[in-house]
Amino acid sequence: MDFGFMAQTTVALLSGLPLTLELFVTSVLAGGVLAALLAWMRAGRVPGLSALAAAYVFVFRGTPLLVQLFLIYYGLSQFPEVRHSVAWPVLRDPFWCAVLALALNTGAYTSEIFRGALAAVPTGQVEAARACGMPRLTLLRRVVLPIALRQALPSYATEIILMTKATALASIVTLKETMFVAAKLNSETYRAIEVFLCAGAIYLVLNIAIARAVALLEWRLSPHLRRAPDALPGLDTPLELGTA
Amino acid sequence: MTDLALFGFGPAGWGAALLRATLVTLGVAVSAFAIGAVLGAVVAATKLSGSRALRAAGDAYTTVLRGVPDLLVIYLVYFGGSAIVTRLGQAMGAEGFLGLPSFLAGALACGLVSGAYQAEVFRGAALAVPRGQVEAARALGMDGGLRFRRILAPQIVAIALPGLGNVWQLALKESALVSVTGLVELLRQSQIGAGSTHQPFAFYVAAGALYLVLTTGSTLLFGRAEWRMSRSLRRL
Repeated sequence: MDFGFMAQTTVALLSGLPLTLELFVTSVLAGGVLAALLAWMRAGRVPGLSALAAAYVFVFRGTPLLVQLFLIYYGLSQFPEVRHSVAWPVLRDPFWCAVLALALNTGAYTSEIFRGALAAVPTGQVEAARACGMPRLTLLRRVVLPIALRQALPSYATEIILMTKATALASIVTLKETMFVAAKLNSETYRAIEVFLCAGAIYLVLNIAIARAVALLEWRLSPHLRRAPDALPGLDTPLELGTA
Repeated sequence: MTDLALFGFGPAGWGAALLRATLVTLGVAVSAFAIGAVLGAVVAATKLSGSRALRAAGDAYTTVLRGVPDLLVIYLVYFGGSAIVTRLGQAMGAEGFLGLPSFLAGALACGLVSGAYQAEVFRGAALAVPRGQVEAARALGMDGGLRFRRILAPQIVAIALPGLGNVWQLALKESALVSVTGLVELLRQSQIGAGSTHQPFAFYVAAGALYLVLTTGSTLLFGRAEWRMSRSLRRL
């Protein structure tokens, strides 16, 4: 293996990383908002909305992301109505098409994660808060959301790692992100193995960093689930009433 | 031409071509899932083995293959594989560029990725088999092979089935990416149709609908299989 070439390749590939990150952050944020909306619709206070959200999730989870991307990028431009509408400057731009496809897709998956997390909030906690006379919004902010967030984190980490990998599809609609640069270098140098190994290393480092960050956040958010530190033995003693 | 005639089965219709391409998609996904099952079982065994080196190798495999984009694995296998085949061909006197067949490259690449996910599913299932079952089998004097075949394997498969269903869905959807290598599967066929009729919307909606039929159909099949496999757990 030619390490000089691989170092050069990695530097060249890093020029695509900012766009990869931009796609990732924008679509994860937009997808998160959409997921919250869908989870609220699924909760089923308003008749009809629940079925609508369920149908949305069914369609977007049942079809490949690449088909969704092509439908938005190539499919919509078929209609003159779309080309003459106010949305055209957005739908003509491959960046916004990719963000739209990624966000619509992750929104469907994430809404299921949120829904599961909300359903897993213990009823007793909500009842206790109600018994204290907590207003609904305060209940949501102080009790339901913190518990749901902590429960959603592990599956949410898996989902956003799938998203960093999914941003690579944007290269197919001509966006010059990391994967695009890799495919271009491959066709220029014919050294597929070295080029794609370097690109893989970049994605791997990115994903390991994300996984670590979420794990740290999860740890920070669950102090009550950890054993009390041994350095403070005095804190344990009042609980042992029988032996004291 | 109306949209219905567009997807008809006459000489001008694309119905037959799309259905043929759907079978190719199914072929890629089934091959990838089968390759993944073999790889997954082997990797799960290394991850559960006593040897530290084997465990590290298994962990590296699942971390790397789940941490890089599927598209990258497809490119690596297709172009990297072709580079190796070309070099081998030159050594044997062939001239010019030799490509790896795109079906083989696609199935192999998706299989490598599927293997990483299946390894995690199998590992979790193996750990979920109650220890007492293995101890009881040992007490009855069953040797390792028999224990695996009669006690472990049936329970691992039953426990792993829901997880395997998810991995199968991933393989099905991932097979769409193989279209970048030029293999005429469902998505590539839709691109061809979209290009020659200038009706991309209709073709990508049709492709999406066919994928939805495949994913929904397999959800139903896996549901049935799960129901059958859990017979021993149900009350009569």
